[in-house]
Amino acid sequence: MPPIAQPALDTSPEVSDEIRKTTCYMCACRCGINVHLKDGKVKYIEGNKDHPVNKGVLCAKGSAGIMQHYSPARLKAPMKRVGERGSGEFEEISWEEAFEIATGWLGPIRENAPEKLAFFTGRDQSQSMTGWWAQAYGTPNYAAHGGFCSVNMATAGIYTMGGAFWEFGAPDWERAKLFMIFGVAEDHDSNPIKMGLGRLKERGAKIIGVNPVRSGYNAIADEWVGITPGTDGLFILALVHELLKAGKVDLEYLQRYTNAPYLVNSDPKSPEFGLFLRDKDDKPLVLDRKTGKPVAFDKPKVKADMAGTYKLKGVTHRPVFQILAEKYLTDAHTPEAVAEQCGISAERIKRIAAELAHVAFEQEITIDQPWTDWKGEKHDKMIGRPVAFHAMRGISAHSNGFQTCRALHLLQILLGSVEVPGGFRFKPTYPKPVEAHPKPHCKVTPGAPLDGPHLGYVRGPEDLCLTGDGDAARIDKAFTWENPMSAHGLMHMVISNAHAGDPYKIDTLFMYMANMSWNSSMNSTKVMDMLTDKDESGEYVIPRIIYSDAYSSEMVAFADLILPDTTYLERHDCISLLDRPICEADAVADSIRWPVVEPDRDVRCFQSVLIELGARLGLPGMVNEDGSATYKDYADYIQNHQRRPGVGPLAGFRGKDGKGKGRGEPNPNQIQAYIDNGGFWIDHIPDEAAFFKPWNAAYQDWAVERGLFDSPQPYLFQLYVEPLRKFQLAAEGHGKIQPPDHLRQQVKDTMDPLPIWYKPFEENVVDLEEFPLHALTQRPAAMYHSWGSQNAWLRQIHGANPLYVSGEIFAEHGFKDGDWAWLTSRHGKIKVPVVKMDALNAKTVWTWNAIGKRSGAWALDEKAPEAQKGFLLNHLISELLPPKEDGMRWSNSDPVTGQAAWFDLRVKIEKADPGDQISQPHTKPQKSPVGQGPKNIAYGEEF
Amino acid sequence: MTTLPQNTKKRLGLAIDLDTCVGCHACVISCKEWNTSNYGAPLSDVDAYGAAPDGTFLNRVHTFEVKADGSNAQTVHFPKSCLHCEDAPCVTVCPTGASYKRTEDGIVLVNEADCMGCGLCAWACPYGARELDKVEGVMKKCTLCVDRIYNENIPEEDRVPSCVRTCPAGARHFGDFADPESNVSKLSAERGGLVLMEAQGTKPVNRYLPPRPKADVSGDAQIDMPNPFLTPATTKPEGFLGWLDSALEKI
Repeated sequence: MPPIAQPALDTSPEVSDEIRKTTCYMCACRCGINVHLKDGKVKYIEGNKDHPVNKGVLCAKGSAGIMQHYSPARLKAPMKRVGERGSGEFEEISWEEAFEIATGWLGPIRENAPEKLAFFTGRDQSQSMTGWWAQAYGTPNYAAHGGFCSVNMATAGIYTMGGAFWEFGAPDWERAKLFMIFGVAEDHDSNPIKMGLGRLKERGAKIIGVNPVRSGYNAIADEWVGITPGTDGLFILALVHELLKAGKVDLEYLQRYTNAPYLVNSDPKSPEFGLFLRDKDDKPLVLDRKTGKPVAFDKPKVKADMAGTYKLKGVTHRPVFQILAEKYLTDAHTPEAVAEQCGISAERIKRIAAELAHVAFEQEITIDQPWTDWKGEKHDKMIGRPVAFHAMRGISAHSNGFQTCRALHLLQILLGSVEVPGGFRFKPTYPKPVEAHPKPHCKVTPGAPLDGPHLGYVRGPEDLCLTGDGDAARIDKAFTWENPMSAHGLMHMVISNAHAGDPYKIDTLFMYMANMSWNSSMNSTKVMDMLTDKDESGEYVIPRIIYSDAYSSEMVAFADLILPDTTYLERHDCISLLDRPICEADAVADSIRWPVVEPDRDVRCFQSVLIELGARLGLPGMVNEDGSATYKDYADYIQNHQRRPGVGPLAGFRGKDGKGKGRGEPNPNQIQAYIDNGGFWIDHIPDEAAFFKPWNAAYQDWAVERGLFDSPQPYLFQLYVEPLRKFQLAAEGHGKIQPPDHLRQQVKDTMDPLPIWYKPFEENVVDLEEFPLHALTQRPAAMYHSWGSQNAWLRQIHGANPLYVSGEIFAEHGFKDGDWAWLTSRHGKIKVPVVKMDALNAKTVWTWNAIGKRSGAWALDEKAPEAQKGFLLNHLISELLPPKEDGMRWSNSDPVTGQAAWFDLRVKIEKADPGDQISQPHTKPQKSPVGQGPKNIAYGEEF
Repeated sequence: MTTLPQNTKKRLGLAIDLDTCVGCHACVISCKEWNTSNYGAPLSDVDAYGAAPDGTFLNRVHTFEVKADGSNAQTVHFPKSCLHCEDAPCVTVCPTGASYKRTEDGIVLVNEADCMGCGLCAWACPYGARELDKVEGVMKKCTLCVDRIYNENIPEEDRVPSCVRTCPAGARHFGDFADPESNVSKLSAERGGLVLMEAQGTKPVNRYLPPRPKADVSGDAQIDMPNPFLTPATTKPEGFLGWLDSALEKI
């Protein structure tokens, strides 16, 4: 029988009427997207090939943007609460009424006690604008979500080397020959990492994945190290031990680019014990190898000695490198000593150390590119050590996370693999030393702005945010002795502290884009109790809550006033150099969002609302002399606000002629210029400035030209972080500003100026025989926090989240697939479905992050699997450590930075009666203010 | 029963690199997004926000664990869509002639106007690569984005299936397996491209590039390194400082 004639087929259909290029916001990765519109509707979203972040590719979330934009969970209008908090009962109101309510609350607070407003924003990446607003308002209580995310990584990176991973820098994907990735699930910088891994594979580079769970990136790693959670620092310092013992460290790099030669006071009796020896200009001193005399660290043509010592007035001063070598060459750091704890054999640790050394030193790469360093010395080529590292929350979300991140940077620097070809490279506006960052500010004056930016980098005890009595000045207790270097604040402590009135009570809690009643808080059940708790007079303990979100999230139900935000396709935004920019290692870049479609609901871009609120409150910088609003909306602010003369939110197309790069007066057509350029601006770094940036004169000059700095900021990497030592020295009894006695030991033990490892705090407070297992979450590649479940396509990939249990534990408890288990921590108990997984550290259980939903949220059916079988580990994690005899509240955070120690969690597992097959705890449903999504959809029918 | 072409001029298909696929599902959603508003009926989602959401997808990623006794387990992400077989049983089983294999490029398609939704083809496909759309009642399957790859309204470099264009790790490659010089033929030859379930005799066009051996499973350090361990820098009595002093002298 002959084939039936093939039907005629149109293989060249029109794709769309128009393509509009903007920036994705399905996660925080900030990819460029081409939004195809047909008949005014979004038909197709693809990656923008010209865009520096994603170069055309797009992840599952990005492609599912259509379903997010048309989500049935979108809020429709401002609302005020009419039922009890948490019920979800609201009444829609006008924007005018919403503004009147908000100013009615915020106006009097500002006049009397601005600190009674706690303003915390989530994952919005508009912190340079929201922080500016909060500073003008005058409250010290402002931060964003970094405290519960990855502040350990950011802070350790900045104090050590003036930048960290992700927005701060990236592996040299094109040149690295060996790549080690620690504790990264499929999140953060997701497309660049996937693209980079693809490039490494193409080039035959080796990838070593260090993660208790072999999913995603670790699944394709050429070698998987299934480390025991919380022991990464121990593993890394054993690698350091091996490298030092073999002399496989880059001495010339250490000598030139780090503080390894700085002379340190080594007399335990001296009040300056552990501090650097400085000259009269306060410059740290090094020993000149030629003369044996101390000279300023930045004196040209000096070869600094690291082998000698220097005695001054009876006090011996030793170079940092000697102290460092002594510390890590001890038996405590041998592979044999740590193997069992890490769950990695000593042979394997030794072999990995040898591979690192081999690639760094035997496979050195050279670029024939002359460059000149900050001391004026000329170099005829760029020498690279092609070993690159990347790490994220897996190592940082522990109470030892700060020091673990420091340890990783120490390893990178000893290998000479930072800011060199083949290693880890900074992205502008980084490198940027601590000295170029502000200090934190907290001085409140009623009716006036705060005395400076809220967040910053403390240099010593004198920079802490304490009141005259030594109490915390901030509601989250950031920059106190509990966590002196909390550079991102502690958003996860705000509700708990506000409820406890510790350090003081507040009046209004104002939050944006953070699901703090649910997956973004530790201890979710109790947090919901705190939000709904009333005092003797029947008033809520946290009197007023304003919340802005685009969608009907769990947090919405707990607010008194809702300011509905737009979707990401309906708004202006700037991904600014003043904030968390999209730069590449070879280029400075920023980008915008713009309304590629107009909202069809009575919603407004939150930042525009904030600007109007600021104008109505008469905040400085937001009103003109005649009392009129300075900025019409966020777009107007983006285009016309100047942070310093000539420097504003967007760096591209500045000046009246639109030719200014980084600097220039405001351009009235700037946003249009971005739109015409595909939604972004990029400017490449000259070749001679592309590496060795902290020390490269050409880079420093270029950075000043582009407005990143106002003067060159060369600096050396700080293997030994003197500010840490200053806190420790205070804890030892020196100086005027002293820690409270109950924190003295903690500061001494944890704020070591050289990286250390100590047991995660949870392990000191629980019976490890009773709670033998570690419990973690991983971020799925196809979901971003709580946002994905409202997405009809993505929820079909991750609609429920089983607890993955290692084969060993599965067998030990006689589990079968489909079984349920009780998972118990020192703090709580949850009932969850279990699934066996062998590619997992044997002492670990894990689940996907933020899949579990509260019934009634996100416009889902109350019987949705997310609410029935889905669950959160958050219920098992307390924001506080168990009480000690001192009666104080000890936060479950890193003691240096305050980062939430999510991954310290220890649990036990037991078989559960499946019963109704519903996970426990099962929170009472919230009423949906937006109804429920349609039964069936067939998107695209109309095209 | 429908007849297959004797041979096709081209054999268009995908080479999917299992060594690089991180299982991110980018291809799954990009496929859904393109195809729901292009070729044929939309890809519906039944009970989209309800208790048992059930949508039509032309491409899905499955995740498997592989574990040999005494060694670490491995995770393999396995994207699966129609393999555009040369001896496609889904075509020959079709009672209406709706399923067919194009003579010019070998793409297997469903002419939805002739499809009565009987489901025989899905039953015949050994790969489970076809899905009956519950709203429209017609059979849906990968079209290899036949409305992209020749589409003159799309820039030439983008005339590839949506899944290929979007794949962040670059694990998906599109080309003509009939041409031994094509990117996919060469990749498949270099990497030992696998025929999925060869014993079924369906002669799939698509190839899977297998994962490379893992050092933690095979015990092979996979690096060109003469000595597996480091040796101490010094064993002299002056110790580490003595070594440091002499090493600094050489800088």
